[in-house]
Amino acid sequence: MALPTSASAKPASYTAVAKLLHWVLALALTGIFGVGLYMADLPFSPLRLKLYNWHKWAGITILTLSVLRLLWRFTHRPPPLPTAMAQSMPKWQHWAHEATHYAMYALFFIVPLLGWAYSSASGFQIVVFGVLPLPDLLSANKELAETIKPLHGLAAWALCALVVLHVAAALKHQFIDRDGLIGRMLP
Amino acid sequence: MSSLLKLSVALLFSGAAIAGFAQQKIVPAQSDIVFVSKQMGVPVEGHFKKFDAQISFDAAKLDTSKVSFTVDMGSASLGVPETDAELPKPTWFSAVKFPQATFTSTSIKALGGGKFDVAGKLSIKGQARDVVVPVAMVQTGATTVATGVLPIKRLAFKIGEGEWADTSMVADDVQVKFKFSLTGVGKL
Repeated sequence: MALPTSASAKPASYTAVAKLLHWVLALALTGIFGVGLYMADLPFSPLRLKLYNWHKWAGITILTLSVLRLLWRFTHRPPPLPTAMAQSMPKWQHWAHEATHYAMYALFFIVPLLGWAYSSASGFQIVVFGVLPLPDLLSANKELAETIKPLHGLAAWALCALVVLHVAAALKHQFIDRDGLIGRMLP
Repeated sequence: MSSLLKLSVALLFSGAAIAGFAQQKIVPAQSDIVFVSKQMGVPVEGHFKKFDAQISFDAAKLDTSKVSFTVDMGSASLGVPETDAELPKPTWFSAVKFPQATFTSTSIKALGGGKFDVAGKLSIKGQARDVVVPVAMVQTGATTVATGVLPIKRLAFKIGEGEWADTSMVADDVQVKFKFSLTGVGKL
């Protein structure tokens, strides 16, 4: 893909696997967040049952891909920021850049694990794609389930906020700074 | 003093009743009827909270032995208030029109080792089907515990109609597991 950029030097790119995981998970996370918001208020119906199960299957898939992504990141360090950019960035931006990524990675695990725990505590085992039964993280406990439910939502909203921040920062680099940083993650 | 007298009279009479009719009774607090369905592959357990039994069982006289059960369909619970509100509706148990499910034995066959095949008619939601219920009985002291699992097809009893008849959502196969604590049953 041609980059609409004025940057003279093309920054070092992410690996193809990192890019694939990034975009697949970007789509999956957006989708599962939307479904999660929508399904929670549905009345008892086949649609509700379907969406809840799809949401759980997707959540477990995302959790699995996030494990792979983290392992990949440990073994394949992201390309460093271009020197000129790194030097021009104020300290707080460096800090925000680091913190946002750490927090997003933490939430990639926290959100699905809270969802899994909520399902277990509610007494519903997760059977991935209807065929692979997962162990329960907790034993059924209604009160505990009611405690976990809002935490799952809160964590998901926190991740949503960070994704918005992340996208806003990427767009700022692209359209305000015009530094072509986004090219590192484009296919 | 007079209350003590009343109590002794009451005890005397109830004692006479037990001796006179050799009544066999179910102990509800120690009994359980569980139904396990599968929702998109996920086993979901429900309980019936109210049921009763009329039992006259004698292992030595199986020909004249008879058991019958009634289950209050309105007492079904999956432990989730939203779902429990749906179960009595016409789509599922239609508990107003068909308040009770019944089982009445027609013949009992001993298989040895405290195991029996109890054949009979199971009627749920106005649909009657012949079933054979495998029962295992264990006696400890004065208590006899009868357990078993009866696999049924929910659609044969019209449980889950309309859009809920879709077995890819809720499987047709439902396991009815029971444990009945009985008193007054003679030696097996």
